[in-house]
Amino acid sequence: MLSFALRRFFILLLTLLVVSFAVFAVVASNERALRALAVGELGSRTTPEEAKSWINREIFHQCPKGERDLTKCTPYPVYERYWDWLSGFVVGDWGYSIVFKKHILGYSEFKLDSRGEVIKDRDGVPRPNKDPWGVINERLTATGILAFWTFIPMVFFALLVGVIAGMNEGSKTDRSLSVLSIATTSMPEYVSGILFTVFFATAFGVFAWLAAFFDLFAWTDTWFDSWAKRSPLKAVSNYDKDGTSFAVLFLPVITVAIYGFGYIARMTRASMAEVMASQYIRTAILKGVPRRKVVLSHALRNALIAPFTIIMLQFPFLLSGVVIVEIIFNYKGFGFALNRAATNMDFNLIVACSVVSVIVVLATQFISDIGYIILNPRLRKQ
Amino acid sequence: MVFFSLLGEFFVTLWPVWLALLIVMGGSYMNRHRLGLYGHVYDSPVGIVGLFLVLFWVFAALLAGFMDLYEPLETVRGMKNKPPMTVPQGIENAQPFIFGGDKIQRDVFSRIIWGTQLVLPIAIFATAVSFTVGITLGLAAGYKGGWLDTVLSFIANAVLSFPVIVLFYLIVLMGKDSNLPIALAGIIFLFPIALLFFGLYGYFGGWSRKLLIACLIVGPVLIFAYLRIAYNLPGLGWLADWAARTFGGGDQETASSITIWVRDFLRLPGNMLNVFVAVSFASAPGAFRIVRGLALDTKTRDYVSAAETRGENSWYIMIFEILPNVRGPLIVDAALRVGYTTILLGTLGFLGIGLGTESPDWGSMINLGRSLLRVYPHMVLPPAIAIMTLVLGLNLLADAMREQSLKD
Repeated sequence: MLSFALRRFFILLLTLLVVSFAVFAVVASNERALRALAVGELGSRTTPEEAKSWINREIFHQCPKGERDLTKCTPYPVYERYWDWLSGFVVGDWGYSIVFKKHILGYSEFKLDSRGEVIKDRDGVPRPNKDPWGVINERLTATGILAFWTFIPMVFFALLVGVIAGMNEGSKTDRSLSVLSIATTSMPEYVSGILFTVFFATAFGVFAWLAAFFDLFAWTDTWFDSWAKRSPLKAVSNYDKDGTSFAVLFLPVITVAIYGFGYIARMTRASMAEVMASQYIRTAILKGVPRRKVVLSHALRNALIAPFTIIMLQFPFLLSGVVIVEIIFNYKGFGFALNRAATNMDFNLIVACSVVSVIVVLATQFISDIGYIILNPRLRKQ
Repeated sequence: MVFFSLLGEFFVTLWPVWLALLIVMGGSYMNRHRLGLYGHVYDSPVGIVGLFLVLFWVFAALLAGFMDLYEPLETVRGMKNKPPMTVPQGIENAQPFIFGGDKIQRDVFSRIIWGTQLVLPIAIFATAVSFTVGITLGLAAGYKGGWLDTVLSFIANAVLSFPVIVLFYLIVLMGKDSNLPIALAGIIFLFPIALLFFGLYGYFGGWSRKLLIACLIVGPVLIFAYLRIAYNLPGLGWLADWAARTFGGGDQETASSITIWVRDFLRLPGNMLNVFVAVSFASAPGAFRIVRGLALDTKTRDYVSAAETRGENSWYIMIFEILPNVRGPLIVDAALRVGYTTILLGTLGFLGIGLGTESPDWGSMINLGRSLLRVYPHMVLPPAIAIMTLVLGLNLLADAMREQSLKD
């Protein structure tokens, strides 16, 4: 078990290394991204020639301070740049975002410039920072709240529908629930988001009515805040307090949840149907155990092992969906930051966002692998 | 009242589609017992609904030329943001705008029908290409195993660990200023040729004179097509001139149209190569996994051992023994994957990095009208529903085929 976990972890690290190098190489060889970096450094009036010579001097070569003659500089190839980036990345120095005009990760009491140094006044007093949290900290928290509220209804209803359909395999209920879950998987976020917006926010005004009466989601803020105060990581801070009301979250949540729902439900159904057809369930039924008890205490435990891994493996799709939903509803989270970074060619932030999303996906895959072994008694013994 | 006239106009304008649906689906239903897996689809109501939705869009794409439509880029004065069923003023016998006009005075309905001619071919061909990648590598990884399997599975997992959107940003958005899409196209489009070569190699039992002759016949055409599509091989100017001179018959208009046709033959316009590559690249690892799993499952069967004992070479076994026997699950997965590719294509359009704002593909239409959604939902709802119905049709069809093949 331990050796299996270690092996999986080693593969995870290797994948992460390869993937992050690929991302870095792609972004680092992109002319427009490099030019944006030069313009961010030299100001918006930079001519293309100036930008080109800056890129040559600062990025493709390493020069002694003040040196302008390229022949006296050492070349700085992409793998060395990657290595330097990686050694910064590992210790949490993720650089500066041009778009958001602040550092990407961590907490900083004082304002930082694009090189990560503290900005000081004329008297040498460091300038205090009103906005001390990095882009990723803020945005990932916002997305975490969205993902949290998405997961709960999505997983609950998907398991419920899957178990009910799998219990009565081949019945009318089963068929109609199957068609329902097929229908939801046919609605990508940009389609269901539009349908829900039209339904709730224009024609009928159902949404405006609901939002006025309920404010169910408000407590997440306090919860996350207190967690942040206890946590040494201080991952959460000045996230906009209006960000997690029912009014803001309702449409994004149902939009993401509906696309993931169908797949989990169908997998649960398949797993439940397989368990219900197995020998020990037949034995339980034949010896006269009531049907309710057969389902709840005999079948459910084993039937939910496979859906657990499926749910964990839904994360890549969930992340993609969250990006689209954040763009549709202007929810200022991780996906929104990724979109801003990519469209504005913000070098550091694109790399950081891509690598963070890959880390999230790989971590969930790892949990799914390990969890499958822990949950499955047949494999646990080995 | 508007609703009923809209419905009426919708049915009348699409008459070729209804006619074709009636002929094909009616005819197939009559002969469903003689049509194999396709015929079995007609045994379940879910399958009939799915097939209806899919064939509706297929016929819309094929028969768009017979319908009374506006051109995809045709603007009509005074039709900006007009609601459904508005009739253009000042034109005699003008068709009404069935789903209204968009931001730049174009007919939403016509654009959706023309968009089918973009969405369907790209989705189908991208799926086909990703399947050739999946089949070539998946068969090899599953059947041969060993380090090849380890390496290929590692690569597939690495690609799959990207959320699709991140992949799209990296390939399509950043690809505009780099050679990455062309490099990927160079790799991806190699696989159809490789699969064909391995097929011939297996069929002729290894190196032989027949294989050489077959390669000499098929090779140049394929390599030409490959260079043309992946690297946009220039230099067809002389051929275009020659064709125009020979077949033009002295007519200026015919000659120039022949020149354009030859010059643009097999050339993907604008951003289409990037889009095509991104979509097939995102979809290939999934196909690889499925084929690999099926190959692993099948290679222990008796007929494979029999072929091994006969001394057949391994590409023969993979392509002529294993592949035909796993076609059922593959066909089902292909239907699902075309739907998924449609979704990916829509995603690209929605993000504004797809075929461009001018193009009538559905994702781009959604992106164009999105900012006015709460005021004028009529520009965005039709393309959204178009994507939904096409994908729903494919998913229902796949489900019905799976059910029916399980029964056999």
